[in-house]
Amino acid sequence: MSTTARTAAPTSGRSGIRGGETASGWIFTAPMIILLGLFLVIPVLMALWVSVSDWTGRGSPFAGSVQYVGLDNYSALLGGGGLAEQDFGTALRNNAWYVLLVVPIQTGLSLLLAVLVNRQILRGRGFFRTAFYFPSVTSSVAITVLWLFLFSSTGAVNKLLSFIGVNGPNWFNDPSGVLHNILGVFGVQTGPAALTGNTFLGISFWEWLAGPSVAMSAFILMAVFTTSGTFMLLFIAALQNLSGEVTEAAMMDGANGWQRFWRVTLPQLRPTLFTVLTLGLIGSWQVFDQIYTGTQGGPGKTTLTPAYLSYQTAFNNQAWGQGAAIAFILFVIIVFFTLFQRWLLAERQVSNRRMRPYLPSATLPTPTLPTTTAGGTK
Amino acid sequence: MSTLERARVRPTSPSRRLRHLSRPQLPTSAVAGRSLLYAILVVLAMIYIAPFLVQVATSFKTDADAASNPMSLLPQTWSTAAYERLFLNSDFPVWFQNSAIVTVFVTLGRVFFNSLAGYALARLHFRGRNVIFALLIAVMSVPGVVLLIPKFLVINQLGIYDTYVAMIVPLLTDAAGVFIMKNFFESIPASVEEQARIDGAGTFRVFWSIVLPMARPALVTIIILSFQGSWNELSHFIVATQSPELTTLTKGVASLASGQLSQGTQYPLKLAAAAIMTIPVAVMFFIFQKRIMNSTDGAVKE
Repeated sequence: MSTTARTAAPTSGRSGIRGGETASGWIFTAPMIILLGLFLVIPVLMALWVSVSDWTGRGSPFAGSVQYVGLDNYSALLGGGGLAEQDFGTALRNNAWYVLLVVPIQTGLSLLLAVLVNRQILRGRGFFRTAFYFPSVTSSVAITVLWLFLFSSTGAVNKLLSFIGVNGPNWFNDPSGVLHNILGVFGVQTGPAALTGNTFLGISFWEWLAGPSVAMSAFILMAVFTTSGTFMLLFIAALQNLSGEVTEAAMMDGANGWQRFWRVTLPQLRPTLFTVLTLGLIGSWQVFDQIYTGTQGGPGKTTLTPAYLSYQTAFNNQAWGQGAAIAFILFVIIVFFTLFQRWLLAERQVSNRRMRPYLPSATLPTPTLPTTTAGGTK
Repeated sequence: MSTLERARVRPTSPSRRLRHLSRPQLPTSAVAGRSLLYAILVVLAMIYIAPFLVQVATSFKTDADAASNPMSLLPQTWSTAAYERLFLNSDFPVWFQNSAIVTVFVTLGRVFFNSLAGYALARLHFRGRNVIFALLIAVMSVPGVVLLIPKFLVINQLGIYDTYVAMIVPLLTDAAGVFIMKNFFESIPASVEEQARIDGAGTFRVFWSIVLPMARPALVTIIILSFQGSWNELSHFIVATQSPELTTLTKGVASLASGQLSQGTQYPLKLAAAAIMTIPVAVMFFIFQKRIMNSTDGAVKE
């Protein structure tokens, strides 16, 4: 935290110009406390109650007629054997593939864009940055509408593919899994019994391994298109904060551009990389707007995501308890992956430190990281 | 978090100043490398821009033209039918108006409440400040989509469902904005305020007439973020309202897209609606382009 906070610790003896600050402090923060409390903290607590109740959306969830049902809503999702479990499993599978593809691609692409645009001598830097960033400012609804057109069966993308002799799929109406399609090319139509016979969360392992559907792939491309610009800005800022000395030292030692990037620049970008991966992970587990606008979970439920399923279960099917339960499970998933990733990256940092004595000192990244881009809390 | 911590007020970056100094003679291999770099950049830029050009072009096409020539950037016959229908024959103007109302109030609210709270957390010394700050961090980490059902429950319980109050009030402050303001206030020297205090100005007076004017760069960031955030917001309005008179652009265009209001594909109509919807944020973007490009977390879209 800030230094001002620390110097202010012994407040007891203060008076004079600091007098009356307790009152104004609370008055100044009161609007924020009330608004965030009323529309963030209390709602979460209410939803927690709803997720363990049988409320059907009529009247108040605190009315006497609403019963406590324990963890029934959660167990129906995680092992009920019914449609609820199957839908939840499907939504998780869809979103897991989405995350698995979107996060690495958007991180890699935004880093590439940042490195390309960050050249010292480059004409039209501003133009390129603007071009790459512009999709990020538009609303997800507007982009989805555009995407529905570009990826329609007679749309621009298929037209473009036809120029190189590819017969494009009917993107948003194609429920087939990409990995299954690739296997199909090699003549594999059905999976081994070990995969098709056993299920997890209501769907078979073979279905888990279907890959994103063709429809979901279009959304994956859209996510990369709209987020890479934002993350590019984060990387550009980090690159501009790097000291040139280390790179120069590496250059003197005869490292080529490729080595300099992987051995010198990239390690110094670790904090930003962490931020980008974390934000990407958090964002890509919350796919909602695109699905609501575009496909409503179809075709064949292959673009169903936990966030959309939660909304649909509560608002359309009036199964509020189950909808809230899905939201909380999603919350746990997001927290888990964020912590897991933090642990993973922290671990590697330690092993780097252990390696240090064994590496030639000149090519090493400085251990002091740019202060402005220290690791994220988010 | 740290990315938020960055003071977004850096003037010109050093590299920009260096750029004009001198341009040494380069060997041929470097020239080839440079050409390759430009080629890659131009192709990438085209991929990023082309969809928007196609969008604008298609919005001026007829339905048949849009279906048969999805890629052409020039309509066979220019048609403004889509725009006429949107403005004269649909609820589109109402949607636009609602989005504008919400955006103005939310932006004003965030500028005021975020800076008020940010200032208190950065500068005022009071018991409980650290607790409030810790809670703020905790609140920031709650993913928005998880709040869909919870928000509806509270809005319903308070009896404000399907009103402007439900659309605006819950958005009036945001944890990330408070955080940005707090970091900004910590980055400016306290001496000016101390002087005013010694001269006998009250806390609010100091905040309003001395601190706030100095905070212009950070306030611009808040304005950009909240304008963009509330103009593009969808899920909150889905759970807060249901009546057609309170439909915002995002909600309305989403219903257009899913074909609830139209027959056939009607791509020119939908794309025209999406294009108009993009104009205000695009204008905002080009006005504040320099600032957005220099501030790292300019608009982290989730």
